Amino acid sequence: MRKPLVLRHPSILVFLAVLAVFTVGVTILSTGYGTGVISTSMVKTLGKTLCLALAAVAMDLVWGYAGILSLGQMAFFALGGYMIGMWLMVARTETIVTGSLANLPIPPTAAEINQAVATQIFGVVGSDQFPAIWFLSGSLIGQLALVVLVPGLLALVFGWLAFRSRVNGVYLSILTQAMTLALALYLFQNDSGLRGNNGLSGLQNIPGLDAVPQESLSIWFFWASAVALGLGYLLVSWVASGKFGSVTRAIRDDEARVRFLGYSVESYKLVVFTLAAVITGIAGALYYPQAGIINPAELAPIASIYLAVWVAIGGRGRLYGAVIGAIVVSMLSSWFTGGRAPDVNLGFYTIKWVDWWQVLLGLSFVLVTLFAPKGISGIFDALAHLRPPRRGGTPLGPDMGALQEREAVE
Amino acid sequence: MSALLEVSGISVSFDGFRAINNLSFAIAECELRAIIGPNGAGKTTFMDIVTGKTRPNEGQVLWGENSVSLLKLNEAQIARAGVGRKFQRPTVFEDQTVAENLTMALKAARGPFRVLWWKPGLETEARVTALAMEVGLDAHLARKSGELSHGQKQWLEIGMLLAQEPRLLLVDEPAAGMTLAEREQTTTLLRRLAQRHAVVVVEHDMDFVRRLDCKVTVLHEGSVLAEGSLDHVTANPQVIEVYLGRG
Repeated sequence: MRKPLVLRHPSILVFLAVLAVFTVGVTILSTGYGTGVISTSMVKTLGKTLCLALAAVAMDLVWGYAGILSLGQMAFFALGGYMIGMWLMVARTETIVTGSLANLPIPPTAAEINQAVATQIFGVVGSDQFPAIWFLSGSLIGQLALVVLVPGLLALVFGWLAFRSRVNGVYLSILTQAMTLALALYLFQNDSGLRGNNGLSGLQNIPGLDAVPQESLSIWFFWASAVALGLGYLLVSWVASGKFGSVTRAIRDDEARVRFLGYSVESYKLVVFTLAAVITGIAGALYYPQAGIINPAELAPIASIYLAVWVAIGGRGRLYGAVIGAIVVSMLSSWFTGGRAPDVNLGFYTIKWVDWWQVLLGLSFVLVTLFAPKGISGIFDALAHLRPPRRGGTPLGPDMGALQEREAVE
Repeated sequence: MSALLEVSGISVSFDGFRAINNLSFAIAECELRAIIGPNGAGKTTFMDIVTGKTRPNEGQVLWGENSVSLLKLNEAQIARAGVGRKFQRPTVFEDQTVAENLTMALKAARGPFRVLWWKPGLETEARVTALAMEVGLDAHLARKSGELSHGQKQWLEIGMLLAQEPRLLLVDEPAAGMTLAEREQTTTLLRRLAQRHAVVVVEHDMDFVRRLDCKVTVLHEGSVLAEGSLDHVTANPQVIEVYLGRG
């Protein structure tokens, strides 16, 4: 019988073990459940980073395996965040409003509470009505379903239109950029129904868990993010292994040839793109409660480009590479831009990392693309003695073919 | 005997250039046929039309007992209907092993979800090994196909074609870049294949076609110039003129 997935690909086991050790380590050092070496805000940063790593794993499936350079992945991420944010805001505002109305001589009706909640949430955009898209916002189950459905359906419709017309390469990348930009511009409007540029806020307060301090809550979310990353990694590894993965990689390398084998290339791309969007949406739904706030700026094209840069630096086509890239680059990024990196005084000029970090990042992206196309995971490949196939002298010309065959057989 | 593939009156132009001009062609089940013609005669365009890569401006392409129009199907559907194509340059997936290449080509459900849940069984593994043996690559199953020599890649591609179990094989210049010994091997293989499949060989090497010893269709400027045995067509003054230039 065939060996289970994790034994066929030992790197999965190693990854899960490292993730488990990291999770336990952070828990022991956390303020909520351990010695307090790691502050609550750091725990939140780490939890958010794990969510970004999950988005990077999905990006690697789309780009590294299927060859679709999607530069709009963070649209799905933000949509997942918005969907969970809607429930968080409504439920929390409801608690507050009910509390303040409870002192009235006549107990408020459900309609009055509803009205008060709407005024409270949408006052900033000059409205006192729930927009139609908030119809499920009272239900946690409903909004959790939307976390999966909204990114999934958007990817399904967008992908169907794009892949069916055989839009490829750079054109497809531009199209995905346009998608996320259009969505961001739409959400910036006050009448978009999602509070315009105010976005959704106060998401770090989980309704019903007021008694739980943020120190503990941050660890809970950290655990949830780690579990989601582990499961997402397993799922994507499973999809990318076996015959489906084989066909997907074949599509990346020569999609016309795959068509002549009888595979419907468009359906495969659609499945991969939609699955990745769903995973990214879930990652977003875990990220924004830790961030506390979401606004349309999160959908800016630059966010999705960063995601592509992380995956490129980490190593395309290697899932652990995507995770390493996301974690290393995003942590470095927050260190450099957080003002904690010491300035470099050159005498005539002082390098302020807040300004120069982007230059450094851009430069390393270019260098990695040019000189180390496998990124950081190339180091692991070298350690495991994995090398690209030695070409058996193909360039020697077709007429030499027979001779080489004999050489190769002997 | 009814035709397996019947192409009637197709024309196609690219930017005003008529690559195929009112071409008609038919091939029966288990027939071996060679298509010859000088460069630019429309041989490759003809194959592109049959496999769905290019749409003709007019004409009909009918397939099988039920005379299904191939023009309504896309490349993948045509391939699933039973048309296999071998390209001139060997195109195998170099980053994947010989076994993976063959498994992908193996006749099986092609839908994404069926493939996602697909598991290799003893039967498919045996089939892959048998195919590899048939094309002489059984010792290389675990190697990445990019490491194979040019000739081995050609054989792997033929193996992949066989794995698809097509009813019609379109083979584009199989002898290109092969040595004399390999050409002979290829001739034998093609003739053996024609016992169970319909095979169309596109070639411009007359010697190779002579060895195939089959009915020949001569294309010129996008339409059929002559058809019949090789001796018959080479005796045709028009064919002589096309091949030897205007004397």
